Amino acid sequence: MAKYDFVVAVGGAPGQGIETLGKSLGQICARYGLYVYTYSAYQSLIRGGHTFLTIRISSEPVENHGDEIDLIIALDRDSIEKHVPHVKPGGALIYNIDDVKQEPERDDIQLCGIPYKKFSSGIEDRKLQKTILNTCLLATAMNMVGADLKVLEEIIISALLKRKGQEVVDANITVATAGYEHAAEHFTGFDAQFEKQEPPLAFVDGNSAMAMGGAAAGVKFYCAYPMSPSTGVLHWMAANARNLNIMVRQCEDEISVINMVIGAAHVGCRAMCATSGGGFALMSEAIGSAAMMEIPIVVINVQRGGPSTGLPTKTEQGDLWQLLGASQGDFPKIIVAPTSIMDGFHTMPEIFNLVDKFQCPGMVLSDLTLSMGFTTFDPETLNWQPEIDRGEYITELDQTDEEYLRYKITDSGVSPRAIPGTPGHVHVVATDDHDEDGGLISDEFTNPHKRRDIMEKRQRKMEGIVKLLPPPTFEGPEDAEITLIGWGSTKGVINEAVQLLNDAGTTANQIHFKWLYPIDEDTINAVLEKATNPIIVECNYTGQFARFLRSETGFKADGHIRKYDGEPFMPHHIADGARELLKGKTDLYVPYQEIVV
Amino acid sequence: MAKKERPIKGAPTAKDFKGDVNPDWCAGCGDFGVLSALQIAYAKTGNGIHDHLTVSGIGCSSNLPGFINTYGMHTLHGRSLAVATGAKLGNHELNVVVTGGDGDGYGIGGNHFIHTMRKNIDLLYIVMNNETYGLTIGQASPTTVVGESTKSTPFGNLETPLNPVAMAIVAGATYVARGFSAERTQLAELMYEGMQHKGFSFIDVISPCVTWKDDEIFDFWKERVNFLENHDTSDKTAALEQAVKTGHDTQIGLFYHDTSRLSLDQSEPVLETGPMVHQTAGVTPEQASAIIQRMM
Repeated sequence: MAKYDFVVAVGGAPGQGIETLGKSLGQICARYGLYVYTYSAYQSLIRGGHTFLTIRISSEPVENHGDEIDLIIALDRDSIEKHVPHVKPGGALIYNIDDVKQEPERDDIQLCGIPYKKFSSGIEDRKLQKTILNTCLLATAMNMVGADLKVLEEIIISALLKRKGQEVVDANITVATAGYEHAAEHFTGFDAQFEKQEPPLAFVDGNSAMAMGGAAAGVKFYCAYPMSPSTGVLHWMAANARNLNIMVRQCEDEISVINMVIGAAHVGCRAMCATSGGGFALMSEAIGSAAMMEIPIVVINVQRGGPSTGLPTKTEQGDLWQLLGASQGDFPKIIVAPTSIMDGFHTMPEIFNLVDKFQCPGMVLSDLTLSMGFTTFDPETLNWQPEIDRGEYITELDQTDEEYLRYKITDSGVSPRAIPGTPGHVHVVATDDHDEDGGLISDEFTNPHKRRDIMEKRQRKMEGIVKLLPPPTFEGPEDAEITLIGWGSTKGVINEAVQLLNDAGTTANQIHFKWLYPIDEDTINAVLEKATNPIIVECNYTGQFARFLRSETGFKADGHIRKYDGEPFMPHHIADGARELLKGKTDLYVPYQEIVV
Repeated sequence: MAKKERPIKGAPTAKDFKGDVNPDWCAGCGDFGVLSALQIAYAKTGNGIHDHLTVSGIGCSSNLPGFINTYGMHTLHGRSLAVATGAKLGNHELNVVVTGGDGDGYGIGGNHFIHTMRKNIDLLYIVMNNETYGLTIGQASPTTVVGESTKSTPFGNLETPLNPVAMAIVAGATYVARGFSAERTQLAELMYEGMQHKGFSFIDVISPCVTWKDDEIFDFWKERVNFLENHDTSDKTAALEQAVKTGHDTQIGLFYHDTSRLSLDQSEPVLETGPMVHQTAGVTPEQASAIIQRMM
């Protein structure tokens, strides 16, 4: 079968069930074995405002929401007016005719008005009638892409029968059937149609993927203060706490969150938390205390637009320097930025093994695009029983006569960690600097030699960490005209931009960073040497990664593509930028965001 | 100071809980009495030194874990209760005791103070209340009385001090007491009973500062404290009435004891199979397949 690549977008007001529609369509695709990537442009309102959900469907794995929209489902009048121009020529707009006085003006697309009032007239419950417009229009779309209505019926039954009862299920199926049949009779289906492929997939969002990865890594303690766009991690953990036996708590603030994580980690639990930039700012001091006490913790920071409370519902890669500089003083730490939704799952056991081995804080840098995006995946690709390495970890009385020193000076900088409750290893851990057995230097000794020794011991851990971190990936032809360099969540979209460039005759390749800190200069430079006309692509104003890379390696890119309008990159934004920068007239390209919600 | 943990025959005595480091407190500091009472209370539990975890924040009194022979955590300023909560929920078989001062607990840590009580975590929280910031050399604290001149209020404090005992009763602590560092026998007993109580136990201890408040030390307080007598500790309203008494009518003893509420570790079903840290971690293939099923 030829590659299937189709983009559906849904516009409407919050409360109209856009998320439900998206989830249903995602599950339909999953059952067809089709790959999906979704992006929801929304506003920080519980009701009111406008939401625009883009769902890209492909026969191959897909990691961005694409450039063009084939089909728009408009759930209200506002969406029709706003989004008519966004349908690509030859595409279609599905809407409720009761919402418009006259047909939208586009003669190059199929206008699919649905007489919803007529279809739903038999539903006596007015509120129910109003809320299931989404089901009707989804069924209309399903007919046009050749999806079997039965799949939607199954999803409706499994989602609603127990929760809402037979009446609600029947009403949904009635309007779905009407929409589906109306489309069969009046509208022309798309040329490319759904075809089942093996294996059937599952449908997940980025926050859930990271939570699942944490659970697989053996997290026994999770706590959080709700903050968009990180709250999905809390919701997954809370929903699964009882069946997986994980202690999940909501705290009074983020300061409490991270300190509780430190307490739980100190007594031997794998412990983590998630927040966004503002919450992370409150956690800063404790990041340093975890490093000082040498307690392994994992903090997820899901970036949104900053500074301050910023853009709660919009994306950015603007927290890199916050993580690099979090907390005063020098200390070992690890920063990783997952490169796709499913990479979020795989990253969690990796970072937990590292922080356990090196007894330091680990920070996972996600963003709204990655965390709140949904994707389909092959369940067989998830390793739920990853290798677990707790590092040098003492839980039992040993028979040696040697004294136990919690912060014993070692060549690796790692000192075996005894868990409270273990006989024979009683000690104090301290956030003030201390000597080998935890005695406070400032209060007891103020000894410059001890301070130097213990500082060097802690920092030696960085040498061990850096050896274990994979270098950035290099993809594409070696001798390209241009190299696109990115980090974290943008891997998929840059990858597609590289393809667009190559298809249009500009040879391009890609270098992508996942492990951000610590960096080994020689390893990184060996990869960067392969770059020609290097362009750094990132979602922030000042080029945070470009500045970081320059400070750590001396590497200076020829050009920059930066976006800081709150919306994620689309592939053509990057490809257009690369072509523009190649002309050599400017070294900065800021793409124009066409779709405004 | 570093040496192998001392081998102890039988149950440890108060002496066994003495740390290797001598306190760096000023001679005559109230905190000595608190430290000594805590060693007696720990010993009375009959458990080994490794079964206890002493957690503190920052301040003169927060140096206490360094002077006591148990597992200890000397954490950030104001954050001891949050750290201790995580530790207790991670291993609820540990006897977790939190120590600190009034600045640490009622000032910078005020938010955690309120919410930890509300959660009814099974901790004992001992605050050495000296109504001043000692380690930063003598500024006003949240319990400094109105009118008092300090380094930060040279013309007299304008702010009303908070009443930690009354706050604790209202906020949901289930064991609320006030002690006086010079009344060591009573204080040790209050601490021991607080350790035995399942739920959040709180003891505000009048622990005079001989350096920054040298006009309000032991004789000053001896004249003012009264042993709380003929009081029904299950009566919340009566407890509040006693708690708000100040000056020469200041009461010391157990104000409130609620045995009807379950502590968080008792009411949390995920702890039914034992402490978190001892449970199997990870996701079984059966659990994984159930999770995946819900996403298909």
